Amino acid sequence: MRIKTISRSVDEFTRERSQDLQRVFHNFDPSLRPMEKAVEYQRALTAAKLEKIFARPFVGAMDGHRDGISCMAKNPNYLKGIFSASMDGDIRLWDIATRRTVCQFPGHQGAVRGLTVSTDGNVLVSCGTDCNVRLWSVPRPSLEDSDLSSEKSTEVVHCLFFLITLYSLVLLFILITSFFLSQPSAVYTCKNALLAVDHQFEGDLFATAGAQLDIWNHNRSQPVQSFTSGSHSVISVRFNPGEPDILATSSGDNHISIYDIRMSSAARKILMRTKTNSIAWNPMEPMNFTAANEDGNCYSFDGRKNEEAKCVHKDHVSAVMDIDFSPTGREFVTGSYDRSVRIFPYNGGHSREIYHTKRMQRVFCVKYSSDATYVISGSDDTNLRLWKAKASEQLGVILPREQKKHEYNEAVKNRYKHLPEIKRIVRHRHLPKPIYKAKAESRAMNDAKRRKDERRKAHSAPGTVVTESHRTRRIIKEVE
Amino acid sequence: MTMEVALEDNNLMEKVLPPDEQEIDVELEAKEKKYLRGEGANLETLKDKKLKTQLASREKLYGKSAKAAAKIEKWLLPASAGYLETDGLEKTWRVKQTDIAKEVDILSSRNQYDIVLPDFGPYKLDFTASGRHMLAGGRKGHLALVDMMSMNLIKEIQVRETVRDVAFLHNDQFFAAAQKKYSYIYARDGTELHCLKERGPVARLRFLKNHFLLASVNKIGQLHYQDVTYGDMVASIRTGKGRTDVMEVNPYNGVVALGHSGGTVTMWKPTSQAPLVQMQCHPGPVSSVAFHPNGHLMATSGKERKLKIWDLRKFEEVQTIHGFHAKTLSFSQKGLLAAGTGSFVQVLGDSSGDYSRYMSHSMVKGYQIEKVMFRPYEDVLGIGHSMGWSSVLIPGSGEPNFDSWVANPFETTKQRREKEVHLLLDKLPPETIMLDPSKIGAMRPSRRKERPTRGEIEAEKEVAVEAAKGVELKKKTKGRNKPSKRTKKKKELVENVKKTFPEQEQGAAGKKRRIGEDAAADLPSSLKRFARKN
Repeated sequence: MRIKTISRSVDEFTRERSQDLQRVFHNFDPSLRPMEKAVEYQRALTAAKLEKIFARPFVGAMDGHRDGISCMAKNPNYLKGIFSASMDGDIRLWDIATRRTVCQFPGHQGAVRGLTVSTDGNVLVSCGTDCNVRLWSVPRPSLEDSDLSSEKSTEVVHCLFFLITLYSLVLLFILITSFFLSQPSAVYTCKNALLAVDHQFEGDLFATAGAQLDIWNHNRSQPVQSFTSGSHSVISVRFNPGEPDILATSSGDNHISIYDIRMSSAARKILMRTKTNSIAWNPMEPMNFTAANEDGNCYSFDGRKNEEAKCVHKDHVSAVMDIDFSPTGREFVTGSYDRSVRIFPYNGGHSREIYHTKRMQRVFCVKYSSDATYVISGSDDTNLRLWKAKASEQLGVILPREQKKHEYNEAVKNRYKHLPEIKRIVRHRHLPKPIYKAKAESRAMNDAKRRKDERRKAHSAPGTVVTESHRTRRIIKEVE
Repeated sequence: MTMEVALEDNNLMEKVLPPDEQEIDVELEAKEKKYLRGEGANLETLKDKKLKTQLASREKLYGKSAKAAAKIEKWLLPASAGYLETDGLEKTWRVKQTDIAKEVDILSSRNQYDIVLPDFGPYKLDFTASGRHMLAGGRKGHLALVDMMSMNLIKEIQVRETVRDVAFLHNDQFFAAAQKKYSYIYARDGTELHCLKERGPVARLRFLKNHFLLASVNKIGQLHYQDVTYGDMVASIRTGKGRTDVMEVNPYNGVVALGHSGGTVTMWKPTSQAPLVQMQCHPGPVSSVAFHPNGHLMATSGKERKLKIWDLRKFEEVQTIHGFHAKTLSFSQKGLLAAGTGSFVQVLGDSSGDYSRYMSHSMVKGYQIEKVMFRPYEDVLGIGHSMGWSSVLIPGSGEPNFDSWVANPFETTKQRREKEVHLLLDKLPPETIMLDPSKIGAMRPSRRKERPTRGEIEAEKEVAVEAAKGVELKKKTKGRNKPSKRTKKKKELVENVKKTFPEQEQGAAGKKRRIGEDAAADLPSSLKRFARKN
């Protein structure tokens, strides 16, 4: 006869010393957990509600410019800084942590239309409607960055030595109140006003867009290469992060062109119905780019195959002015003329999030910070606004157990997000009245159009009336 | 991309196995099935490609997690289940507790005892979910809270009234006692916290853990559900079947089953006044009911000395055991069934498919067993009887491995407090009690609001007209009782009732139909808009 019963000795199941952690035992058997689905649903509901309670996306505004902000640039080597330029020629370097101006770059006479930083973070290139391209040297951040005191003078000396080794021009530094003013290291003049600038990811070429597309070198005062594409001006330009010689441009006659600077003419051209205001390449999938269009949609294209868009992102009610991808490549942020900033998933048709404030007017430029945590928007009301990319995220150092709980909440919410109660809570966003009304109107218009199309189809011979998919609807043709 | 390659590599390696390891593989697969919790979704019918790929990757993750859980169960669990194996001609049911005591270690033998308290009447027992604390309530008013691990008496009080039933609330800090006129809730140190007057004299008390509902059936046959977190009476249902004191809760789905004197077992949920299910189980009165923890099996015993096992998915009888009439039944975590009658307890096990005799224990002749209950996470059966309570060892009845997040017998104060907060956060609303709890989270096929069909409307109309005809008019006096007036009045009543229905019909169908409307029904769909309308 063999008998065994359960006998648990207290030592095995409790801790030895009071400094030890409590012992935890797991048994994943589902029979120990009755009604687990109902409990999970309850947790999903609580998680959805908590997310809404903690959703405070607005971090702060950076005040200082005296005119609407026209463009921004990220420094790829320095996380805390962002450059912004306004319509009156004022270029500033901001410290995001303290939300103050670190350095000013005065000099442009008219509006500054384009800003970009070289990949090593040393040179800032700006261009404007005064037909000038200016190159500035970016002040090196010291260890005590946030301490804006007279220790800047020692920094001046360090910077001076460093820069003299790089450039042949002598630089003068003037200390005014709490920030720098610098002089450009080079000024190059063009014949026409310039509308955009972007720097190559590897190398020292940068491209400007204006009456034509020009490729410049840092040291040459004339463009190294020029591409003319018909009578219309080139509005925006963006270099590909993966291939250093490929760039995408958009022009005023509704074209999107992809150029290889080693060749003499455009590699690909897409003609759309409305003009594209801005283009951004996906940093994780460099063959794909997304174009922010004047009709309120963003179109994601595969750079190699242009007959149809990969995805149409529809949510803005007015022209989309600027677009920037997150460094994860999974999301992008758009700023639109309808006074809102939206965050879209890279493969989803509708926005995940919308940010708006009564004080924020037309948004002209947006940037996604390089640590994928913040979104910065520059708008017509002379302010730069800092928002959290995930509205209910807890900033700062999170303990591992807290992190696990956040992840669990996300996962359980995702599991039940299709159920009506939870969907209602997760989807809910307050929209400003003009956008709400515009959306209702466009919905009514689209429904009417769809109904009419269906009836036309029902009344005509089968096969004669073909519905165009959204992905090809706004593309007229592909040239070349 | 690299992740997927690595997974494929794993699969390749699993295919090439020596034969003895393949057996283990089969074992693991069987365990895996349990953790998969049902079939995977059918993704072929989806047309949305993005959704399809997302769901496919999720299904893969489920498969991986089920495999990992199966492996953990096989290799990493600290304790193994108890067993009683006899060889040759020996039968397991002839093994006595004294024999077991000789073979088993000291810690376990401490779990075998008899506590004799002859003065305070038959005892009812309840255990907390972790099996650490026990509450004993004697009929003559003795309430005792015992810590089973240290065999410490935490608190005992004498309420000086009959106590018919006792129940723990969500942990050992609170318990409820059904006393002579009302029920009371006490704290751990014996202070009376609440007097539940609304229920009246209660015969049985049970606590639904996930919902924080205290369910009770009283002497008139009313069923009460009360939410103990804020004291609201969620439901009070008149069962209409008379007095009963057989009530059990199904731990799988939270429905309450009542056994009635006509032999029916009815199942109730707090949100409806009518029973969910009514089963005719026995020809005579039902003496006790018990539920298997997996929720599929129910054991009932009737006064005609039969014990029946029912399958709750099909509501069919699976097995009948003749011979004794069990006053009390209890299922253990591993599926053993204990039945107590008189002074004899029999434990039935289903190792051979059907329930058959496993062990038995008979007590001193004078002891009348009042309640048997298996202690969770231990191989122990608690017996409450007329002379106190006893505890016997039943190897193989308890779950050997507990999960600290579900029920921890070695809980510290801090852990208990945290657990209470988490339990409250996860409290389920009473609407989630249903026969099939897996329906929660599933999508119902969307239907537009269904209008009642013509037949249904007709049926309703007929019922209403019959009711109107059956109304008896008051017989008036002083010359006002003319027969013509009476018939006129009656006709008016029927006409009024009929009037309400045609209104509905017209609202549903639309405006009056014109001649030629039938021809319109034959037109093709695209031309229907041109058909002559009002």
